[in-house]
Amino acid sequence: MIRSDILKDIAPILRDQLVICNIGLPSQELHLIDDQPTNFYMLGTMGLSSSIGLGVALTQDKTVISIDGDGSVLTNFGTLPTIANNVADNYILLIIDNGSYGSTGDQPTYAGQKTSLTAVAKACGCENVIECQAEDTGKTLQAAIDSKQMTIIVAKCESGNIKVPVITKDPVVIRDRFMTAVKA
Amino acid sequence: MTISDKIVADLVANDVEFVTTVPCKQLAGVIDAVEAEKSIYHIPSNKEDEGMGLCAGAFMGGKRPAIIMQNTAIGVTINTLVTLTQYYRMPLPMLISYRGELREPVACQAEMAVHTKALLNQLNIPTYHFHKESDVEEFDTILKYTFMCNKPVAILTDASFWGGYGDQ
Repeated sequence: MIRSDILKDIAPILRDQLVICNIGLPSQELHLIDDQPTNFYMLGTMGLSSSIGLGVALTQDKTVISIDGDGSVLTNFGTLPTIANNVADNYILLIIDNGSYGSTGDQPTYAGQKTSLTAVAKACGCENVIECQAEDTGKTLQAAIDSKQMTIIVAKCESGNIKVPVITKDPVVIRDRFMTAVKA
Repeated sequence: MTISDKIVADLVANDVEFVTTVPCKQLAGVIDAVEAEKSIYHIPSNKEDEGMGLCAGAFMGGKRPAIIMQNTAIGVTINTLVTLTQYYRMPLPMLISYRGELREPVACQAEMAVHTKALLNQLNIPTYHFHKESDVEEFDTILKYTFMCNKPVAILTDASFWGGYGDQ
């Protein structure tokens, strides 16, 4: 399975949740598969999906899922200690780890080599860190939502992309409809 | 009331409830005052762009954010300021220690100081410079302005404003 297969699989679970989605292909794929006002698409700023999601989770009560990638977490490594030390039990960080920088041409990341993001997250102090295979992402995610405990999921999958159009929605529209969904 | 207490009192009066900080020697007092204020969730960040991500999330979650950081951070946050804070039109008061100005003891700090205002100007970020202690009187109005216009706004605070570095 590649990232877009995981997103297709978990779209029915994501539909009812607040989702912060990583820049580039992950956002474009989710937008194509199941666009929802509860989805906040990042059009810029690689690496900050986990930070934005934690900010949303710490300031309101609804469940927030940050969809991130291994490359993006590597870009913003400082996020993991911040998450570990600011526990929000309505927060789930889903790292789709395909061992590559998918949006830029599938260059390999260090997470696909010697570096284990699961081990790093644990070393940073994150308490509920679960590594799963791509096909188990849905049930792992649903269990994390039901547990009402802050959870980091590292879903291992294969590298690869599908052809998707870019998102042409205005950023302020994306932000405004997301904020309306937060308040609903 | 100290400058730090006045700054925190103004944050509270303007309903700022989420503050992220990256430390600077000049900012130690105000960071302590933020930490001590019960109505503010203080979340230290490891890098300033991470902090701006947290602030963007807090704003969308319904709370007013602020960031406290050093001016060297302008060098590492330009992409975030442009493609997140400005692009999605979000407010962000940035209380910034302006290192490398008069009374600065560390020569290297002057290197970033000479670029600070030029970069902020290039980014069309409204910028205020606190040089005298009495300049703090404007902080409340700057916060109101920031949340009125939904922009990042910079408040540069130099060593003279904070009372220098003591004996050198």
